[in-house]
Amino acid sequence: MAKVLVVTSGKGGVGKTTSTAALGAALAQNGANVVVVDFDVGLRNLDLVMGAERRVVYDLINVVQGDAKLAQALIRDKRIDNLSLLPASQTRDKDALTSEGVERVVNELKEKFDWVICDSPAGIEKGAMLAMRHADVAVVVTNPEVSSVRDSDRIIGMLDSKTAKAEKGERIEKHLLLTRYDPGRAARGEMLNVEDVLEILSIPLLGIIPESEEVLRASNLGSPVTLASPAGTAAKAYFDAARRLGGEKIDVVVPMERKGFLGRLFSRRVA
Amino acid sequence: MNLFSLFKRKSSAPVARERLQILLAHERIATGHSELLAKLQEEIIQVIARHIKIDRDKVHVKLDRGNDMSTLEIDVDLPSVMPLLPARG
Repeated sequence: MAKVLVVTSGKGGVGKTTSTAALGAALAQNGANVVVVDFDVGLRNLDLVMGAERRVVYDLINVVQGDAKLAQALIRDKRIDNLSLLPASQTRDKDALTSEGVERVVNELKEKFDWVICDSPAGIEKGAMLAMRHADVAVVVTNPEVSSVRDSDRIIGMLDSKTAKAEKGERIEKHLLLTRYDPGRAARGEMLNVEDVLEILSIPLLGIIPESEEVLRASNLGSPVTLASPAGTAAKAYFDAARRLGGEKIDVVVPMERKGFLGRLFSRRVA
Repeated sequence: MNLFSLFKRKSSAPVARERLQILLAHERIATGHSELLAKLQEEIIQVIARHIKIDRDKVHVKLDRGNDMSTLEIDVDLPSVMPLLPARG
């Protein structure tokens, strides 16, 4: 049975697109048939992060409006056969998306794939609403920072009231993905720690992605981090998160600062 | 605790946490209320419409929260000549 997953956050720049690419690739690397869909009409970026920016011919809006067939718009990943991308339009505006059109396309995607992963635009406007509308599962991407946590709280409220599932009286499955986590700063009390964020938002934790150079390197290269640096800490955290989405029970490991004696001495002196 | 910690600034994360907890407690009530009000409005319209023909846009429901007293204000514009619907058993 296909699952529709929305990657959302309210706030921009917290790592929705990076996480969509990494979770999508990780699920596909584990053997599932996955499509990642860019809902950020006018500001598409998932194609760039996935390294498919020069292969876009048709987009989500062309399919919604019936100008292209779904098969014409889908871009199959060159590295993983069972991973596809449905890009957003760069030239149109979000009003070109209709609720009925999106529903039709999502239903068609559900027939072809195991996972339909919707990359939501920032904000709480129409685009973000349509991205979450038909979701069974939501991944709320949050940074350990006050404005991000506040916006996530707002988005959680909307997931519980504005989605098709919520309107039918069903519960939408929600998970927290804490990104750009700096274990050193959290340990020194300079950054909200995992328990703080979990206590405030009170939804189950899907994973903690440590702040990592590998993530920026991966998007520079146009590759999901789980493909670009599969052995790195960020990729490992995404792989574990993907397995948890698949229903496996794996304990979440809170990243710790790894430093030798000298490193510890110096970091305290400069602090 | 070591010597260096004496020179460190007080940690800011607990402040962030407390500010968020207070703010979100208020915001959750506010958004919850708007849904409660929408529901109240809809049900009030339904009850009145059973007996009197009214314009849906002319029903206003307002909730004021005070320290000592809270009020629920319901304002319904009725047409000048009330077209009463036949009473039902």
